[in-house]
Amino acid sequence: MTTAPNQSVLTPVLTKNWGDEQSWKLSAYGDYAAAKKAFGMQPDDVITAVKDSGLRGRGGAGFPTGMKWSFIPQDNPKPKYLVVNADESEPGTCKDIPLMMANPHVLVEGVIISSYAIRANKAFIYIRGEVLHVIRRVQAAVAEAHAAGHLGKDIHGSGYDLDIVVHAGAGAYICGEETALLEGLEGRRGQPRLRPPFPAVAGLYASPTVINNVESIASVPSIIANGADWFSSMGTEKSKGFGIFSLSGHVAKPGQYEAPLGITLRKLIELAGGMRAGHELKFWTPGGSSTPLLTAEHLDVPLDFEGVGEAGSMLGTRALQLFDETTCVVRAVLRWTEFYKHESCGKCTPCREGTWWLTQTLSRLEQGQGSAEDLDLLVDQCDNILGRSFCALGDGATSPITSSIQYFREEYLAHLEQGGCPFDPEASTVFATAGAKA
Amino acid sequence: MIDQKTRDELAEIAARYPEKRSGLLPMLHLVQSVLGQVTPEGIEACAEILEITPAEVSGVATFYTMYKRRPVGDYHVGVCTNTLCAVMGGDAIFARLKDHLDVGNDETTEDGKVSLEHIECNAACDYAPVMMVNWEFMDNQTPSSAVQLVDDLRAGKEVRSTRGPKICTWREAERVLAGFSDGLVDEGPAAGEASLVGLKLAADKGWTAPKGADQ
Repeated sequence: MTTAPNQSVLTPVLTKNWGDEQSWKLSAYGDYAAAKKAFGMQPDDVITAVKDSGLRGRGGAGFPTGMKWSFIPQDNPKPKYLVVNADESEPGTCKDIPLMMANPHVLVEGVIISSYAIRANKAFIYIRGEVLHVIRRVQAAVAEAHAAGHLGKDIHGSGYDLDIVVHAGAGAYICGEETALLEGLEGRRGQPRLRPPFPAVAGLYASPTVINNVESIASVPSIIANGADWFSSMGTEKSKGFGIFSLSGHVAKPGQYEAPLGITLRKLIELAGGMRAGHELKFWTPGGSSTPLLTAEHLDVPLDFEGVGEAGSMLGTRALQLFDETTCVVRAVLRWTEFYKHESCGKCTPCREGTWWLTQTLSRLEQGQGSAEDLDLLVDQCDNILGRSFCALGDGATSPITSSIQYFREEYLAHLEQGGCPFDPEASTVFATAGAKA
Repeated sequence: MIDQKTRDELAEIAARYPEKRSGLLPMLHLVQSVLGQVTPEGIEACAEILEITPAEVSGVATFYTMYKRRPVGDYHVGVCTNTLCAVMGGDAIFARLKDHLDVGNDETTEDGKVSLEHIECNAACDYAPVMMVNWEFMDNQTPSSAVQLVDDLRAGKEVRSTRGPKICTWREAERVLAGFSDGLVDEGPAAGEASLVGLKLAADKGWTAPKGADQ
């Protein structure tokens, strides 16, 4: 276990080579030693290793990755598929995109090992379309791996075949939802499917399918190379291993910090040089806009699945968006709500209609119109969306609203009292001190 | 016009998948690359190859925001106005650009060079406020840098992504999204400054992950 005297606060694994010269090239990455090691194991033993490591899904939900793989019915005669969810679109989330830009081979190697474990001979990487250079890097990594014999027929004499297709999406937040992603990958409108059946039983082309986040799959080579115990020596009791924490907003040094799960925001802000000079933290998201807002009173919450859950939110994607006291929470929440309205796929009524109602009620409040009763109306609208929508998009739309009313009711009321927003939007910008010169 | 070469390439995309309809999203990217937008002709070509109805293709083309039903500029400029970027200055940038270019959201300048769109979170929040040109990152923008950027694009000057290559045209970008390489993969850095802050700090402090079996 990690009881070394000089305990490492940050533990770069996935980010370790990002500063290397042409780190995206195979020659800089290495020879896929973990994949070769996996080919010497039985597929079920690879699944066991990932189970034993305690790796939980890094796309937000935190479902145990090895367990997901074990749900694939191997007696089903249909082909098995692995689909990587690289549709990173949750507001605030910005870890998979730099990972694929700097280190695409760790993802490709992870796909090989994971596909081998679930006995898939075809894998897909579904990348959102709006990141051209990232798509170039992943396309090239797959081509390089193929040319080097890490993909294709009878890989390194193992008797195992695998091909990877890199698939570019076309702009739809909802395709981050795994069944909507499958619809997009089947050439359809990206609307979620009813579950059950779950994708493990009937996913892509109604065949057994595993869908994993980029960071989950990219963590697999290190687990196979170093062992399950190595991985589980990091993190907390039920949230094992490391993860990339993405700090953005009003912090001195925003960016990517790879650390064991369970680190606190207080520590991360300290590493990031504090909040921007002369300002203090007002509210933050622990894992994207769909995770309820937290405040400065939650600085010491362990950032693991359990800790953030107990604080009334969710770890999500570790997308830590930090806002200081210059930011109007009503403006912030209205903008997120407009986002959910825009991205609602239209399939179910609570989300399709509800997000429009939310936007109307919120807009009125933000403009200082309406009344204090509108706050109750908003909470009531949220009650009629949360848990009643087809997928998690509708639930997510309610998170910023209910949490902001919980912590900042007075600020909503101040809009009504002043007949508008009491904040100067310029004060929250990065170029606030430059004024009109910006 | 969709010529035989394009038809062959559309069929080639469909053939990458166990079931050909899966090719539809990248096929529509190729249609945009060739025609500059999704047109009835492009829709029919996809429908024919995939043996589905034009209505089914239309249904898909209208669902995804990257598909355009009217011409966009050679340089499609996106300004992130999702909450974090908006607060950090995206709203001010978008307002300045609308004024400077004299266009509204999802409109194109009269010279056909630049179209402007407010976009949702593009997964670069540590570089806020973020803009995109033809889906390449333009990190850490201000209103004045944004004005300079669009002026340079309209003047035909070389513009490079802050984390990528020289900006190509929108049509060229769409071809890459369809899965055809343009050979620019090795341009630009591995990572921008914000992507490396944690790594650099760990190096300074001597922090590492525990030693594993492979070390």
